[in-house]
Amino acid sequence: MKIITCVKRVPATTTRVVIDASTKSLDPTGVEFLLNPYDEFAVEQALQVAAAHEGSTVTAISLGNAAAQKELRTVLAMGADDAVLLTNDLALDADVTTTARILAEAIRGREFDLLFFGKQAVDNDAHGVGPAVATMLGVPCLTEVVKFELDGDKVICEREVEGGREILESPLPCAITCQKGLNEPRYANLKGIMKAKKKPLEITEVDLGAPALEVIDLLPPADRPAGRIIGEGAAAVAELVDALRNEAKVL
Amino acid sequence: MSNILVLLETRDGSLRPASLEALGAARKTVDELGGGTVTALSYEAFDADAALLGAAGADNVLIAGAAQHSAEGAAATCTRVAKELGSVAVLLAASVRGKDLTARIAAGLETGCVPDCTAITVADGRMVFTRPIYAGKGMLNARVSGAVAVASLRGNFFAAASRDAAAEIGETSAEASKSVVREVAAKSGGRPDVAEANIVVAGGRGMGDADNWAMLEAIADQLPGAAIGASRAVVDSGIRSHSEQVGQTGKTVAPELYIAAGISGAIQHLAGMNNSKCIVAINKDADAPIFTAATYGIVGDINEVLPVLAEELSKLQN
Ligand SMILES: Cc1cc2nc3c(=O)[nH]c(=O)nc-3n(C[C@H](O)[C@H](O)[C@H](O)COP(=O)(O)OP(=O)(O)OC[C@H]3O[C@@H](n4cnc5c(N)ncnc54)[C@H](O)[C@@H]3O)c2cc1C
Ligand SMILES: Nc1ncnc2c1ncn2[C@@H]1O[C@H](COP(=O)(O)O)[C@@H](O)[C@H]1O
Repeated sequence: MKIITCVKRVPATTTRVVIDASTKSLDPTGVEFLLNPYDEFAVEQALQVAAAHEGSTVTAISLGNAAAQKELRTVLAMGADDAVLLTNDLALDADVTTTARILAEAIRGREFDLLFFGKQAVDNDAHGVGPAVATMLGVPCLTEVVKFELDGDKVICEREVEGGREILESPLPCAITCQKGLNEPRYANLKGIMKAKKKPLEITEVDLGAPALEVIDLLPPADRPAGRIIGEGAAAVAELVDALRNEAKVL
Repeated sequence: MSNILVLLETRDGSLRPASLEALGAARKTVDELGGGTVTALSYEAFDADAALLGAAGADNVLIAGAAQHSAEGAAATCTRVAKELGSVAVLLAASVRGKDLTARIAAGLETGCVPDCTAITVADGRMVFTRPIYAGKGMLNARVSGAVAVASLRGNFFAAASRDAAAEIGETSAEASKSVVREVAAKSGGRPDVAEANIVVAGGRGMGDADNWAMLEAIADQLPGAAIGASRAVVDSGIRSHSEQVGQTGKTVAPELYIAAGISGAIQHLAGMNNSKCIVAINKDADAPIFTAATYGIVGDINEVLPVLAEELSKLQN
């Protein structure tokens, strides 16, 4: 099997967001960046499929700034065979369509049976790059997958939707976006980290081209009006119910 | 004359409520753009209610009549119809299926998309879309560079129109798909999905054992239409199902009333619920961050507070 997994470098979700007005983006000073947590599920699934099919290869691809080599080294240390960094200083802020276009261009020249993505990148929460890349490449995409099974040349997956669960089926080649619960991602151990240093990591400069979204501004969210503590313990409940009924009018 | 296309979401032949919100958003936007038409499209066969869809904002409805949902098929059909109509925007609900479709449709139309949008405004004759990023710590305002914009809409941020008009119902063809939905298993239990409920009663690690959740269920029983929600800590420990997780990486909710019991209020949790109209926090730690988001707070032990709350609410019901 030829397997490709797309991974993104993202700021930790606990980051205190300082907005840089000149770039209309996050000021990266002092921000901790890491491998997008959902991409760990994608990498793990890719490695498990590869382990079950002799002769398989797992390639990690990322569109990122030069610093994103770190996240690709992590993926190599987990067990991927090789990695490609498509690099541009502004890459981490590229919109969904632009990101997908560049990833699809890079994938088009390669042979693949399976593409793995995270269900969302936790910086922009778009849930979009996987399905967009698949559409551009003309292959099916199964999203937010919590169960994955390869049965001959077809894939059978499960996902949760509002009020139910779907079982999806697709022929190969196809793309999968991974939801938490799919697997338990492995940690890169010391041996893996040592081996990763010698694995190929190809770096290619890319031009982002014309953006599909034009950012007007990025602003802090509006503050919620201050609330009030009604009181302590069971004694406060009657007053709470009264406030919900007569003040907030939600009952 | 602009056209906005709304891709409807149906399940077992009935329309999901969030689709009506998308129709309302489309109507309002078209009017602000100087007038035009709103077309609703259903990929799957369903018995469309012309009065309901018309009232919500649709001028006409196209039914592609596929036997089953398919993201590939629905996206390709929507892309083709948007091209045929020369639509200036495609709007849909930011549900699990909707988020899946948004970027595909944009890719098909070779344009940009704005997933999980919380506002659409018109300035200088152009649509501006607002969406939260960085776990809600930034609000992005953006325009789409292409001739057509694709946006999915967060639930409870847009309202259906209430017009006195019936939509005209027509047909279109459905595009094929390589992947298929083999089976849809409906969730058991009578409560609505947390993303679609008007009242959410949610618990966190502070709820303790699984048995204690009967106290939250008892409260939900007193609130018609209430859903149960959970923090990720509870979902990770296996006490509640993933479908109930509220937060940045769970479901985003904005109900009229959100009750948070034994939830600390981590930023990733707040990102999923801090747009709720009224938030009640019950936590024994007066310094818990959830109180900064709460409209009303009670500092106390859930074992003490929740049974009394269920009782007070039952008095209201009678
Ligand atoms: C990438 C990423 C994504 C995440 N996504 C989500 C997400 O989508 N949703 C989410 O919820 N979390 C998410 N998290 C996890 C989040 O950071 C928190 O760990 C989680 O929300 C904590 O859950 P909690 O409030 O239930 O538990 P805790 O933080 O442990 O809080 C428990 C609270 O209960 C109170 N308490 C304890 N006992 C009682 C009692 N007897 N009576 C009353 N109060 C009591 C305590 O004072 C405390 O405030 C994410 C984290 C990461 C890194
Ligand atoms: N810049 C990128 N480089 C590589 N993969 C990406 C990039 N951005 C997003 N992805 C992939 O697409 C998934 C969904 O991202 P998003 O659509 O931004 O929420 C991520 O989990 C990654 O697998």
